[in-house]
Amino acid sequence: MNESSDHLLRSRRSSQSLFSRFQVAGLVVLTLIAVISKFYLPRLIPSAVWLEVPLLLTIYFGLMRPDPVPALLFGAFVGISEDSLSPANIPIGMYGITKTLVGYFAASVSQRFNVGTGVIRLILCFFFFVFHAFFYWVMRRALLDQPVPFDTQQTLLHGAFNVAVALPLYLILDRMKLADES
Amino acid sequence: MDAIFNRYRSYRSLVVLVVVVMAQVLYLAYQVRTQKDERLIRVWAVSAVTPMAGIVEAIRHNTIGFLKDYFLLLDVRDQNRKLKNDNDKLRMENVFYRNQLNTAEHARALTLFQAKTPSRTVAARVIGDSTVSTAKAVFIDRGSTSNIEKGMAVVTPDGIVGKVAAVYPLVAQVLLVTDSTFKVGVESQRGHIHGALNCGSGHCVVEQIQNEEDVAVGEWFYTSGEDRIFPKGFPVGTVISVQPGNGMKDVRLNLSGAPGGAEEVLVVLDGVHQPIPTAVLPEDKMAPPLPPPPDDRQTTSAQPGTVQTEADKLVQKYEQLGKEEDHVYGAMNSNMPNFNVKPVPQQATPPPGAPTAANPATKQPVKPLGSAPVLGAPTQLANPTISTKSLTPTKPAAPKAPLPLGSPRPKPAANETPAVPPPTQPQ
Repeated sequence: MNESSDHLLRSRRSSQSLFSRFQVAGLVVLTLIAVISKFYLPRLIPSAVWLEVPLLLTIYFGLMRPDPVPALLFGAFVGISEDSLSPANIPIGMYGITKTLVGYFAASVSQRFNVGTGVIRLILCFFFFVFHAFFYWVMRRALLDQPVPFDTQQTLLHGAFNVAVALPLYLILDRMKLADES
Repeated sequence: MDAIFNRYRSYRSLVVLVVVVMAQVLYLAYQVRTQKDERLIRVWAVSAVTPMAGIVEAIRHNTIGFLKDYFLLLDVRDQNRKLKNDNDKLRMENVFYRNQLNTAEHARALTLFQAKTPSRTVAARVIGDSTVSTAKAVFIDRGSTSNIEKGMAVVTPDGIVGKVAAVYPLVAQVLLVTDSTFKVGVESQRGHIHGALNCGSGHCVVEQIQNEEDVAVGEWFYTSGEDRIFPKGFPVGTVISVQPGNGMKDVRLNLSGAPGGAEEVLVVLDGVHQPIPTAVLPEDKMAPPLPPPPDDRQTTSAQPGTVQTEADKLVQKYEQLGKEEDHVYGAMNSNMPNFNVKPVPQQATPPPGAPTAANPATKQPVKPLGSAPVLGAPTQLANPTISTKSLTPTKPAAPKAPLPLGSPRPKPAANETPAVPPPTQPQ
């Protein structure tokens, strides 16, 4: 076992132990804040409709938690919370399924790669945003037969914006984690 | 056994994923198939989130504007340190009251619209958006306790906003007309052409209008009432472009209600259909046509002013006397006319459009020298040397013809004014 693999294992073990300190209540509060931000922020700043704080939180939890089961369950919880505030013509479960998959894949990726560095996290964040938007669009067309337009250029642009928001957000969450450790 | 257990552990996450996703897919299918909305989960979530959002919105609405103005006034105070504190306080109060006044004016506009429209409405405030960015929906601070029911129309004085999609005890969710799944029955103001408004493609388009129909840019569209949501007669928007398409026209509208930006709305509790206003569009308004131009020949022939010389005047006088005494010049057995009788003065025929005694309201505008002719003013005479006095119904000046010897001389009438010579025209 070389030095880099030792570092990787230490890092994973450290993050695992750190993340386990996130209590359920804290996660619920974070989810609530994320959902409210998506619910209310566009009223204050109409151009912030592209902001996907719940998705960023799901990705962060998946990347920091190598075990896919809690990550997918957290994704399902966040998604269903969003679904319950969605328009009544969209049944509950659309965001739930999408974010379940995002949480699972994020945790699976974190099992195989070192996602501790900021650049990799941001690249993955961009990828998962596009995946989330595309999969949600496919589900609305396929399962609900709702002809919703999909704007590729706009999706990529919004993905870049969300990455820009994820950069300070993940730093804050990392700090919270360190504070919790101490 | 351990091998099986270890194998199961390695596939544990995948199994959990499949179970969770399948459970949600089955639940989704159940909702779609039964067309039943899962009310319990939504009520919990809405009840948990909307009070906080309502508090935040109330704080924002009441304080942010005030704080913003306060900091602006702080800047002013820094720049003007010599001003007294009382002055600052008065300014702050002034700004505060101005904000209050703006809010009151907005509420007054809603109240006026409520009083004007025959439909029964209730005012509500938008407190939050939907969590789905592609779906257009907002939450309002009125729910089933305010007698709001699912399917009610939501409008503003400017236009339509949406319909109530879900009702909770204290809040309701409004699906905006800009949502891709929402269609509204509309009708054009001028031609009463019916169509369906659809804003799903990013632009608001009126569908199902055939190419043969006449729709003009700038024309208003109103709700037709055929969707059974919006009462007939509410304004929807104006046409911004019309393009012929494949069988159907591509008519794009600019919504007048600004559904996404409305802060205060009205929920129509009891809708009453209204006729679509028949006001003429500003583009179609035309000035009344001018009267036909006068015939130059008639005008000039009707004028006695064609008389030029003294001989002409004399010939005219004798012709008139002959007509009055039924004498035909040059005819056999015709009586000798009495040339001493004054001819009855003829009424001058005024040109069309000129003021007459029967129509004193039509005043003759004063035409300045060298100015352009005024529309509706009496036409100018063909011969500018003739005075307009000849057009007035006054007695013509009798020529001073020599009387026969022995005939009595006529006394001048008391009220008879001496004839005023026509003013000489400056050459």
